[in-house]
Amino acid sequence: MKYVDEFRDGHLAQGLAAAIRRAAKAERAYAFMEFCGGHTHAIARYGLADLLPSNVRMVHGPGCPVCVLPIGRIDQAIQLALDHRVILACYGDCLRVPASDGLSLLKAKARGARVQMVYSALDALRLAQDNPEHEVVFFAIGFETTTPPTAVAIKKAQAGGLANFSVLCCHVLTPAAILSILESQAARESGGARIDGFVGPAHVSTVIGSAPYEFFAQEYGKPVVIAGFEPLDVMQAILMLIRQVNEGRAEVENEFTRAVSRAGNEKAKALVAEVFELRKAFEWRGMGVIPYSALKIREAYARFDAEQRFSLTYRAVPDHKGCECGAILRGVKAPRECKLFGVICTPANPIGSCMVSSEGACAAEYSFGRWRT
Amino acid sequence: MCLAIPARVVDIGPDERAVVELDGMRKEVSLALIDDVRVGDYVIIHVGFALQKLDAQEAEKTLALFMEMSREVAAFEAEASPSSR
Ligand code: SF4
Repeated sequence: MKYVDEFRDGHLAQGLAAAIRRAAKAERAYAFMEFCGGHTHAIARYGLADLLPSNVRMVHGPGCPVCVLPIGRIDQAIQLALDHRVILACYGDCLRVPASDGLSLLKAKARGARVQMVYSALDALRLAQDNPEHEVVFFAIGFETTTPPTAVAIKKAQAGGLANFSVLCCHVLTPAAILSILESQAARESGGARIDGFVGPAHVSTVIGSAPYEFFAQEYGKPVVIAGFEPLDVMQAILMLIRQVNEGRAEVENEFTRAVSRAGNEKAKALVAEVFELRKAFEWRGMGVIPYSALKIREAYARFDAEQRFSLTYRAVPDHKGCECGAILRGVKAPRECKLFGVICTPANPIGSCMVSSEGACAAEYSFGRWRT
Repeated sequence: MCLAIPARVVDIGPDERAVVELDGMRKEVSLALIDDVRVGDYVIIHVGFALQKLDAQEAEKTLALFMEMSREVAAFEAEASPSSR
């Protein structure tokens, strides 16, 4: 596959690994957070951690959209499907996320709820067009990559006068999550996990551009290198981060120039701004309530807002007691530090959200990790 | 769900729709989020939408950088340990 295989070349990976070994100073340790679940997946799948010297450590971040969804939000989706009898359209990754009362959307489906997996927001729209006698709600989750498609669907629903379509909007914002991590790091400055820099999001950055990260480099003195999702991209970004640290620089650098510009995708950003506005507060799994960290549907499109349409209220629900997803999403713990990992919690029977999606830290570790040996 | 790879545009239809080819498979996607796409362009597809066009020149530059790095390191290591060759 063009633009894929070249960026997975094993020979070049060895070259980059050697360059990293040369650049990393033996007398210090480096810890970098990969924000995105896509990077977590690539690191696990290609065994990149094994190519790094022992003083360069990667810390998983909260950038897996399914993982950061709190139980209370899944409960709302289940409530819509079970109590309000809507057809609930959702991305496949949401189906198995554990919710309250031992339920998940998949289990609700087994109880007769109409839960329909869709690949795209436009498929959800089509579902509404094809079922005019039913309410169809799209469970919209994800970071800045899935938000523009939801905006397009809402605008199309408006233009087509679609009366039976609405959206349960759970879109969250990357910069707000990075800020929350940096703030909690600053609060724990003595001891605790130290993060020297960030591998910045790939596809999120194609939309929002590299500019939003400049604040973190300037205000928190942390380097950010935006990287593509292929293994060589990640290796190169790690090398660039090591160099910045060595030289005492904290800048935003872009490894993924083939798809990311400083401004991002202006058209997509404009669509999002037209349909959504900031939420004052939104609860994240494991990170608590983060101010201005999510989006809600603007008043002009209120008729497509499922929360208003079905008078939903939000109820926070604590995670399973033994589950360490919270600490993992904050970069404080690794999956293997969870007692349930691989024993009780597996991809076939996930206890927490990080074991569900292939981008989740626990699922990636379980599927590709060397933990068995 | 974030995993997305570049796909080649093979046909552009009405209503901001296009057909892309990805590892031999064809798929319909929406072009509602980007302008000026032509047949033959590579685009990054995510949840059924093209998010961004891929800049072929920049891709070449990045690859060239990787190769240069590999060569440099190989040369350095050969020099550092001539006996291991
Ligand atoms: S292994 Fe399972 S229970 Fe433990 S942190 Fe991961 S998802 Fe939660």
